[in-house]
Amino acid sequence: MSERAAVISGIGQSDVGRRLYRNPVELTLDASLAAIEDAGLTRDDIDGIATYPGNMEFPPGFSGAGVTEVQDALRLNLNWYNGGIENPGQLGSVITAWAAIGAGYANHVLCFRTVWEGSAQGDKGRASVTMGGRSGGGFRAGGFMQWSLPFGAPSAANWIAMCAQRHFHEYGTTREQLAQIALNARKNAALNPKAIYRDPMSMDDYMNVRLITTPFCLYDCDVPADGSTAFIVSRADAAADLRKPPVQVEAIGSAIHGRPSWDQWEDLTTMALRDAAAMMWQRTDLTPADVDLAELYDGFSFITLAWIEALGFCKKGEGGPFIEGGQRIARDGEIPVNTHGGQLSAGRLHGYGFLHEACTQLWGEGGERQVPGNPEVGIAAAGGGPLGGCLLLTRR
Amino acid sequence: MSDDKPFRLLPRVEDTNEFFWTGGKDGELRFLRCQTCGYYIHPPSPICPKDLSKDLAPEAVSGRATVHTFTVNHQPWIPGYDPPYVIAIVTIEEQDDVRLMTNIVGCSPDDVHVGMPVEVTFDEHEDVWLPLFKPRGVDR
Ligand SMILES: [Zn+2]
Repeated sequence: MSERAAVISGIGQSDVGRRLYRNPVELTLDASLAAIEDAGLTRDDIDGIATYPGNMEFPPGFSGAGVTEVQDALRLNLNWYNGGIENPGQLGSVITAWAAIGAGYANHVLCFRTVWEGSAQGDKGRASVTMGGRSGGGFRAGGFMQWSLPFGAPSAANWIAMCAQRHFHEYGTTREQLAQIALNARKNAALNPKAIYRDPMSMDDYMNVRLITTPFCLYDCDVPADGSTAFIVSRADAAADLRKPPVQVEAIGSAIHGRPSWDQWEDLTTMALRDAAAMMWQRTDLTPADVDLAELYDGFSFITLAWIEALGFCKKGEGGPFIEGGQRIARDGEIPVNTHGGQLSAGRLHGYGFLHEACTQLWGEGGERQVPGNPEVGIAAAGGGPLGGCLLLTRR
Repeated sequence: MSDDKPFRLLPRVEDTNEFFWTGGKDGELRFLRCQTCGYYIHPPSPICPKDLSKDLAPEAVSGRATVHTFTVNHQPWIPGYDPPYVIAIVTIEEQDDVRLMTNIVGCSPDDVHVGMPVEVTFDEHEDVWLPLFKPRGVDR
């Protein structure tokens, strides 16, 4: 399998906070240098960069740095680089590093993702759209937004809520079941010193907090945050003598076979991540029963449930009963999920946090939240709606 | 735009989508249709995804649709959009893979359900007629 051509040799993360009010490029460099050091490399070894979503001015806080800021700040000599948003989910940018290394373009690729949505939001709350308004003066929506904005549906919260509602309708899934994604995340966050929200959350807290867009309440929606996460993806035979035994990637999932759309996708109960998950299992002899932990995107709680089904931890449509009570997905359960607290409680590091946590656990560096039993196989998965990408990781 | 109308963010009307956003002027919900195989294409595209024909033209449909899924939005995302309101994805009667994101009006949010039969109604804003949907046979 071509996945064997490359490994993850190091990880790094900046300070993480609800609002840090710090230069996002500096956060990016903190994470990048930490990852380079973790791998036992120096910046002179880095000859590739892959990042999501690349440099973007809008929406505010969505992108903290692009390829150019990092290359220039560190004066890197690059043989290959890629920054962009049209990828198989946020981790799709990391997946491109496998392609570059497999093709022989690079030996050590620095991958990073930086957000400062917490600071960008300031004290104004989660206003996803600030343009327009009565005095907005001539703003008109194009692209996909023309089909959603006029109807007061500017947020992925609305679009994913409708996926969840369809799942509720077809399979009888309930809010009490969905709550377990949020409750489990909060329980794990209590053991993660970098998590943003660590106070205990009860089912009563969940059921009584304000609704955002049914069936989602506030706690089904992730927490805008500031922070940067970085990885070093290395050519396997260039990583043999590095600081740590590398994390291997057994299989990658990057497929999308249906219509690339938040609303035209034929089965909204699965979303596009269905195809990425299926591809990943087609590229390995391992099965869901071999997996020791799963770090599954939770931009909205329902997305985690959809990944659980797509990855085959339960049958399609049975995600609700599977997570009911929360025991199966707990840190000491059948399949520990979002052991760092996910984006719901640890903060919206936008996909990269899940891969960071999976590597942390496989290296046994989880501290208080370390999954028991010396885990050897993990999944990192990111994306919802028309976005989805996943990696099956092993420590061998 | 009269002052009694709520503020709405509007689409950018261009050659490729004008038939859709102005159909309500004539009371018509229109989609691009392949003149070779009859397939309705949405969002608009220069080519039919079924047979790659470029012989496409806007055609009116019945305006009848079914609620595929919905959400009752409680969050005040945009000034002038006063929650709670119902956002839905509806499928048109003529072809079940043509969906529209829209609002369900003319009934209480509590009465909206998946599978609900609805029909189009238009809201005029400047040069745009927004297609909203209401329970069939009721006045708004
Ligand atoms: Zn055709």
